[in-house]
Amino acid sequence: MIGLSHYLVVSALLFSIGLMGVLRRRNLLMLFFATEVMLNAVNIAFAAISHFYNDLTGQMFAFFIIAIAASEVAVGLGILIVLYKKQGSLDLDELTTMKG
Amino acid sequence: MENLVYIALFAPLVSSLFAGLFGMSPRQTFVGIVSSALLFVSMSASLMLAYHVYQTGAPIYVTMKEWISMGDLFIPFGFVVDQVSVTMMGVVTVVSTVVHVYSIGYMDHDKSFNRFFSYLSAFVFSMMVLVMSDNFAGLFIGWEGVGVCSWLLIGFWYHKPDQSREENPSISPSWAANEAFIVNRIADLGMLVGIFILYWNVGSLQYSEVFAALPQLSEIILTTAALALFIGAMGKSAQFPLHTWLTDAMEGPTPVSALIHAATMVTAGVFLVIRANPLFSMTPEVSFFIAALGTFVAFFAASMALVNRDLKRIIAFSTLSQLGYMFAAAGLGAYWIALFHLGAHAFFKALLFLGAGNVMHAMHDELDIFKMGGLKKQMKWTYIYMGLASLALAGIPPLAGFFSKDAIIETAFNEGTLILWIMLVVTAGMTAFYSFRQVFLTFHGDERYKAFGIHPHEMYKFVLVALSPLAILAAIAGFFQGGFHDFVTRLLPEYQMSEHTHHLALVLGAIVLTFAVGGIALAYKKYANGLKRDEKTENGFLYKLLANQYYIPHLYEEIISKPYAMISDLMWKSVDLKIVDATVDGIAKFLYKSGDGTRKMQTGNLSNYLNWMAIGGIVLLVIAMLSAMLG
Repeated sequence: MIGLSHYLVVSALLFSIGLMGVLRRRNLLMLFFATEVMLNAVNIAFAAISHFYNDLTGQMFAFFIIAIAASEVAVGLGILIVLYKKQGSLDLDELTTMKG
Repeated sequence: MENLVYIALFAPLVSSLFAGLFGMSPRQTFVGIVSSALLFVSMSASLMLAYHVYQTGAPIYVTMKEWISMGDLFIPFGFVVDQVSVTMMGVVTVVSTVVHVYSIGYMDHDKSFNRFFSYLSAFVFSMMVLVMSDNFAGLFIGWEGVGVCSWLLIGFWYHKPDQSREENPSISPSWAANEAFIVNRIADLGMLVGIFILYWNVGSLQYSEVFAALPQLSEIILTTAALALFIGAMGKSAQFPLHTWLTDAMEGPTPVSALIHAATMVTAGVFLVIRANPLFSMTPEVSFFIAALGTFVAFFAASMALVNRDLKRIIAFSTLSQLGYMFAAAGLGAYWIALFHLGAHAFFKALLFLGAGNVMHAMHDELDIFKMGGLKKQMKWTYIYMGLASLALAGIPPLAGFFSKDAIIETAFNEGTLILWIMLVVTAGMTAFYSFRQVFLTFHGDERYKAFGIHPHEMYKFVLVALSPLAILAAIAGFFQGGFHDFVTRLLPEYQMSEHTHHLALVLGAIVLTFAVGGIALAYKKYANGLKRDEKTENGFLYKLLANQYYIPHLYEEIISKPYAMISDLMWKSVDLKIVDATVDGIAKFLYKSGDGTRKMQTGNLSNYLNWMAIGGIVLLVIAMLSAMLG
């Protein structure tokens, strides 16, 4: 029988994978994917907990997150394309113009 | 009548502000003339008020506005014109008008001419506030106001450098100004304590309410309050041991010495004792202390004047001595006699000082009387004025000083305090001697100034004319003794000589007169025919002791100034630099260092930032977990 804790373990694993991606990746596009993974890890946790408590609020929230993530991806990818056109690269080690 | 009060009070303020407008511009004679005219207006108003109070006998109370009104505390800007304050107003405005006119001539060559008039009028305004206020708070404002103006005026020539003198370690106008101000601060603390004690126990600062409530207070409170107030009076009137500032204040311009350090400000202490006479008559021990101290100072100051060579300092010591006389009278309960001597003294002492100013002007600021002599040929009018003032000071009838001083000495006899009486009589002889030593050395004998290439000349005509009111008053003021007595004793306690003293009055007067004439005769014999230096006496112990002012300035330097400087130095180097500054600098250094250290975090690399963010998140998470686990 698959219970709540299994879902939460999967969610935590996905979140950690996403976090590692955010920390280790140097390519901005990959960073973007990693954040999506983290968002969806949270979605799994939301849906599982919502089911466990028989409360639909969590699932509604998961839908919200999907919708907002979609629009964020649209804006974010747009910015990435512009950035790539401008700099010719999406490598973070080369994009250090804000150095203090 | 109310308008007259305001005119008398505020005309000097207007004059000060007007002159202040031109304070930075070069010398303009009209500033002096306008100032003098405004002072004349103030004088006229004061004299009209005096006449009114004399006619009706009723004091005028004016409340200009509320000043402090909260809870139980109520202090208005109130003024009272009664017999005592109107006498002071008359004396102050008459002397200051003369001094203003005199200053037009005296300060003729000074480039800060306009500034001088601004300060001088501001002083008169403060003095008027002091004498006219109907409560202790107003008195204190005036008290501090005259202190500030005195500081400004003593230090008027602040650019003069420090000089070392035998009797004083270091002296310059700015040094003397600071000394006067600091010594007065010490005394003002006593005065403030006295005012606080009265307020604490009475709940009001109005004279009328305070004096009405005095009988309900315990003896210890009365004594403490009286003593504390008298300490304030000691500072302003330069009584021992706070007397050193007065002679050093002679560094200021001579009109200032005449107005502030002879005729008006220094008598404020006597005025305070007279004004608070209900308090002092209820504390006989304090009153006797005042009388004893006054007598001591009269003698002490006169002894220092005997050997001094500085024209202005001799007169300053004489002022000190005469203030002692006033305190002696006030302490013995003869308040009206003290006030009478105050007025008479103001006239002849101002005249004496202004005469000395003429001499200084003629001698190009030379003050050593050993370098003068034979000036009467060149300066006939100054000679007459100074001679007249010296005669009045020595107490020769029928001049003012005879009546007032004789009355004080008679009071000392009447009270049965024979020691005081003897000291005052001897002091009268000494007064006559030093006054005429000065007159003879300055105006008679061989013309010693020629050796120094000085060509003396008489003062301007208008200055000499302006001095005439003082000369007339110094000559005739004594004749008003009876009328003055009837006038002021409506407010002040009556003081009459006993039957016994009355019978002996002639004998007593004759004794005093003998001493005075004896002093003059001795001075004539020793000095009238030129200066004969007596090396043996001058090197003697007593002469040195007196010439060095009993070594008191040295003593103060050694036991107060130097230890204070040492402590300050120590505190500066160990506490200020090592603790206070180090703490403040440490905070600044920490901020700089931490900024320098953390600046390296800002690499511009988004990946690094995200790492830092994750570390921060983990730290927060750990803290949250720990706090949840611990409780």
